[in-house]
Amino acid sequence: MPNQPGSAYFLVDTKEKEIRTTLSVLVDNEAGVLARVIGLFSGRGYNIESLTVAEVDHLDHTSRITIVTSGTPEVLEQIRHQLERLVPVHKVVDLSTEKPGIEREMALIKVAGAGEKRVEAMRLSEVFRARIIDTTHSSFVFELTGTQQKIDAFVDLMKPLGLVEVSRTGVVAISRGAEAM
Amino acid sequence: MSGPQDPTGAEIVIRALKDHGVRHIFGYPGGAVLPIYDALFQDEGIEHVLVRHEQGATHAAEGYARSTGKPGVVLVTSGPGATNAVTGLTDALMDSIPLVCITGQVPTHLIGMDAFQEADTVGITRPCTKHNWLVRDVRDLPRIMHEAFYIATTGRPGPVVIDIPKDVQFKRGPYVGPSNIKHKTYQPRVKGDLKKIEQAVEMIAAAKRPVFYTGGGVINSGPLASQLLREFVRMTGYPITSTLMGLGAYPASDKQWLGMLGMHGTYEANLAMHGCDLMIAVGSRFDDRVTGRIDAFSPNSKKIHIDIDPSSINKTVRVDLGIVGDCAFVLEDMIRLWKAKLLKPDRSALSAWNMQIDGWRARNCLAYKPSADVIKPQYAVERLYELTKGRDTYISTEVGQHQMWAAQFYRFEEPKRWMTSGGLGTMGYGLPAAVGIQVAHPGSLVIDIAGEASVQMTMQELSTAVQYDLPIKIFILNNKYMGMVRQWQQLLHGGRYSHSYSEALPDFVKLAEAYGAVGIRATNPAELDDKIKDMIDVNRPVLFDCVVDQNENCFPMIPSGAAHNEMILGDAATDPTVSEAGKVLV
Repeated sequence: MPNQPGSAYFLVDTKEKEIRTTLSVLVDNEAGVLARVIGLFSGRGYNIESLTVAEVDHLDHTSRITIVTSGTPEVLEQIRHQLERLVPVHKVVDLSTEKPGIEREMALIKVAGAGEKRVEAMRLSEVFRARIIDTTHSSFVFELTGTQQKIDAFVDLMKPLGLVEVSRTGVVAISRGAEAM
Repeated sequence: MSGPQDPTGAEIVIRALKDHGVRHIFGYPGGAVLPIYDALFQDEGIEHVLVRHEQGATHAAEGYARSTGKPGVVLVTSGPGATNAVTGLTDALMDSIPLVCITGQVPTHLIGMDAFQEADTVGITRPCTKHNWLVRDVRDLPRIMHEAFYIATTGRPGPVVIDIPKDVQFKRGPYVGPSNIKHKTYQPRVKGDLKKIEQAVEMIAAAKRPVFYTGGGVINSGPLASQLLREFVRMTGYPITSTLMGLGAYPASDKQWLGMLGMHGTYEANLAMHGCDLMIAVGSRFDDRVTGRIDAFSPNSKKIHIDIDPSSINKTVRVDLGIVGDCAFVLEDMIRLWKAKLLKPDRSALSAWNMQIDGWRARNCLAYKPSADVIKPQYAVERLYELTKGRDTYISTEVGQHQMWAAQFYRFEEPKRWMTSGGLGTMGYGLPAAVGIQVAHPGSLVIDIAGEASVQMTMQELSTAVQYDLPIKIFILNNKYMGMVRQWQQLLHGGRYSHSYSEALPDFVKLAEAYGAVGIRATNPAELDDKIKDMIDVNRPVLFDCVVDQNENCFPMIPSGAAHNEMILGDAATDPTVSEAGKVLV
């Protein structure tokens, strides 16, 4: 690789493959904690594919953040260490590599149409075990829970049938078995 | 519950500062911080140093912290007070300096209203602090104050910000002392994993071409770490190099010392790093100025890395053995295990390795062409060193060529004597840092080795030095250029000196006099010694205008994208074949 004039940095082109991983991060639910986590990712140039957060213990004021990210194994190790460095972070667990985990996402999907298309949308929603949580004569709102892939597949199927809009929660995850994270 | 007998938020701040042994703070008053200034006025025991710009307060606190090992404390107002402090906070974060910065904030009911002098201080300082807090309730204030000191000073040290709205400073609340405070999530690890340490000492004993590569972490850990490092390095007999931030942890006069490594490090240090078979990194972080081209960095070595910050290990360079812990604890265990296992270095391999290193030393990489007509900047630093070395001296620097010459030619025997902006490279660091150092060490000789460009960034702090009778010496290597910029433009941009020459400079002697300080100018080598002696002898702040060779470059240099074994040596390198080979690389 040639020298880059004007720069002391040698930009190494890493050929390593990026992998996708899901991190569960237990944090103190204090003001600004989400900003710290997001700022860390944007400041250091890490990817965020999905991020969810909610308080999980009201007495303890702890929140659980689930982050889906991707990077080389080195970058993923860094992300984990950098997260652990944040003062309000209790624990970081990688639910893709460290412990086997289960992932789910919920989506609300609005579809409008009439006649054949409307019937087909309803038929497919049964196949996917989506629930209808709102309806008019010309529309449905489906609630669908599953993996990201399942939701992607359903949304794709709805496109020709009058898909209006989609709202997704992002991935939440938990480890398998009896133990906590 | 709070009663009329409880202290106000402002008084809580002062009490907490005193409970943490704070004697000096650096600050600048303003509307949103006036209650704290009022409490300070009514209190004896904390000395406040009024700076001329909040950036100066942060650098002064850094100098204070780095030269004492105690946290530096900064007090500034909201809005511009806080934003002006950002450079110093970032600098302290990069160099792991413990700072506690208290910022005033507009009253809680005005937050978010775009009030006068309002800024989202915790938002702005989140990425440039180790942690920060906005105190919305006075009952949280004692806990936050104590947590702040705990977080700033333990683990990998760093700056913290406590943003206190003005109404919280007025409100009364109970004070709780520091002993009752424990942190839920923040528990840094100081003891290293013994199994790994055992593995490390065995690797160290088995090495044929070992090198110690130590950094600022050894200084931050405290005097014991430097002492243990010296003990262990001498037990092994292995060569040792250090980063810019680590200078002084190991004495420069020792025969095992290779000098600084990195972009402007010595030939012997960089080639030892390149050719070693075992690298023992202690409190150093494989910064890009140290490693050069990363995929050609020390290609045939096993690497042991001791660091208190787990995220430093394997960040830029993959290591074979990472040990998380405070280097004083880890070194202590290493020495104990080395002795218990009766380990010995491989004498014959070591003597061959030392012979190779001596060959590199013989290149005399720091040699420069002496001159009888103009002061060479290297000569100026050499003379400064010779004339101050027996004294109780502290050195700070700005950033640029002069900083590298200071690192190369001033020889440090003890830790905490060398204060420089390493990670962030903040021009304007050295003068206010010298103010902070002198506040901490009133009887010592404190010298800021400066450049004429850098020093003008925080020149106004000379006024602070005059106000508090701080006899700091600002030794300017004046070449009228932003020297390092000019050097890069010469070497990398075809000599197109785009905006690196200062067409107009103040008369530094007159400027010193205008501030009420002493101005001295030296323009030729013959008068330099006497002028330096004058500078040392006068017990007042001195601005020393040392007019040096305008075209001198700082060598050795690892150019962009090059490896340790591809360094460029100076014109006066003694081995012509190497210097020819080096020139091809430019």
